[in-house]
Amino acid sequence: MTSLAILPPFLPLLLGAFAAIFLRGYLRSILMLAAPVLGAVNLMTLDMGILWSFEFMGYEIEPVRVDKLSLMFGYLFHLASFIAITYALHVKDTLQHVSGLAYAASAVGAVFAGDLLTLFVFWELLALTSVFLIWARRTNKSYSSGLRYLIIQVLSGVMLLAGLLIFAQHYQSLKFGDIGLDHSGMAAIGAWAVFLAFGIKSAFPFVHNWLTDAYPEATPTGTIFLASFTTKVAVYAFARAFAGEEVLIWIGVTMACFPIFFAVIENDLRRVLAYSMINQIGFMIVGVGLGTAVALNGAVAHAFNDVIFKGLLMMTMGAVLHMTGRINGSELGGLYKSMPKTAILCIAGAASISAFPLFSGFVSKSMIMSAAIAEGYDIVWLALLFAAAGVFHHAGIKIPFFAFFAHDSGIRTTEPPRNMLIAMTISAMLCVLIGTFPAQTVYALLPFDSEYQPYDLTHVLTQLQLLFFSALAFVWLNLQKLYPPELPSTNIDAEWFYRKLAPAFIMRIASASYRAYAALEKAITGSIKLFIRNSYDSANQRPKGYFAKLWPAETMVVWVATLLTVCLLLYYF
Amino acid sequence: MKKNDEPQDFFDKPENIKKILKVFYVICGLLVAIDFVVHRHVYHDWENIPAFYAIYGFIGCVVLVLIAKEMRKVLMRGEDYYDD
Repeated sequence: MTSLAILPPFLPLLLGAFAAIFLRGYLRSILMLAAPVLGAVNLMTLDMGILWSFEFMGYEIEPVRVDKLSLMFGYLFHLASFIAITYALHVKDTLQHVSGLAYAASAVGAVFAGDLLTLFVFWELLALTSVFLIWARRTNKSYSSGLRYLIIQVLSGVMLLAGLLIFAQHYQSLKFGDIGLDHSGMAAIGAWAVFLAFGIKSAFPFVHNWLTDAYPEATPTGTIFLASFTTKVAVYAFARAFAGEEVLIWIGVTMACFPIFFAVIENDLRRVLAYSMINQIGFMIVGVGLGTAVALNGAVAHAFNDVIFKGLLMMTMGAVLHMTGRINGSELGGLYKSMPKTAILCIAGAASISAFPLFSGFVSKSMIMSAAIAEGYDIVWLALLFAAAGVFHHAGIKIPFFAFFAHDSGIRTTEPPRNMLIAMTISAMLCVLIGTFPAQTVYALLPFDSEYQPYDLTHVLTQLQLLFFSALAFVWLNLQKLYPPELPSTNIDAEWFYRKLAPAFIMRIASASYRAYAALEKAITGSIKLFIRNSYDSANQRPKGYFAKLWPAETMVVWVATLLTVCLLLYYF
Repeated sequence: MKKNDEPQDFFDKPENIKKILKVFYVICGLLVAIDFVVHRHVYHDWENIPAFYAIYGFIGCVVLVLIAKEMRKVLMRGEDYYDD
């Protein structure tokens, strides 16, 4: 049992959250910004290994385990929270600041968890702290969306709990390491429960709608926090526990491909980005499923880059929403005139997510693709290539085009507050920095030993061909008037089952049983009334029936005789 | 809101758009031309097809958009579909 000589990694951010409760004004801003900086410095001082452990009910609990994989995500989350806090500095709403910081602290706690119980605690805290970022929008829509989000997230937590209890019973250990799906008996059920718990949080197909439902309903600043943590913790957990599980490759490919179709026809531009997030997570899940050193490095490097460039895109759309109050593609357009800086920053994010050479997506996405081809997954490679072209189409072109260009919507506004611009500029610079000098930045943090060189003639040329001809397809479709216009609409997705079918089903059962109950009640009261009415002779103003005609004393005699007969009979038997 | 006397911006003028598109087409042409000049590494048989990535990107995106358009016919509902 080691004693706690160091600061647990999540503590600086958590203290920042407490500071945000009590402080106001500049002091609060400074302390909130200092929290992730101090947290990151604290990470640098940590030694590798298990830094804090104790025994709990006979199980070894290791709340702080430091290795290269957890450190990489640790640095990422501190960086992401610094950017998100900067972006949100103008907000006066204490609730959002506190939940944002506490949420970041939970994410950091989760990636340093050395046992499943600690992981579970932070897993649930992720859900509980983040839901307020959705509710803080304070609309009816965001309220019900937040409730659905919370239910699904807690469901994931409950599955994780079920899995860890089975594991504790079966293996007498709560260690959070390589789990895999190859178990027998009850342990297999436990492994699948943990797998599905991670799957819900990383937005697997059919359980992905909490993301596309809730993230676009959150506040402009809250979405930046949301987009940075939950799904990336899940990717980390998969890389830790299920690396090399082949089923992940096929799930990942599905995630990379199907959302791009929805993204093309979606009108809410933040929801387009939410779909594109699932697509990017798909790439990471494929990388984890491939399980080789290059593939795993690619998966975590892509998670790292995705937090920054997807955050940047979300920030630019948040700025548009903040300044214009609108986010639907059908209502926007021509904003480059009044928000030129935001437009340029958005294009930088778009170039990164599309993996243009010299931008961050290029140096990480390609690792996964080349690992897929090296492992002989041709179909997977082709599908990922299609998904990469599709990303450029909906996130790279559609987002900047319909927000800032396209037809002029006539909206005239100004650039967003300065802190928003600074946060977006930091992200954009990081995108270029990582894309240009990967070896000194993101590759330096990679947890596994592998050699990868993204910049060679073949790779740059083929990627440019892919992207330019995807853009050509966009131009051609637009000139041919084949491109689907932005329409105010809802597109049915898997959520239809629990937002339409199940409620309709339950409503039908409920109303049928209510009707049946009402009919039964009516029949009973009717028959009682009828009975009362029939027993009274209203013409003579007296009750009907034999006893009603007798004097009370005569009635009494009858009953006494009956009673005596009963007594006599009882005496005999 | 938009003022009528506002000067026309760069992207408002169709001739500018045409110029940009011309430059864009030239770059596309060059990228395909380079494919025949330089020798690129081939990791997979399909990559031997000349301009494989260009063709795949173009066709992929056209198919993506056309399928998405068809999906609209089945999946699209009113904006307040879930609110009723």
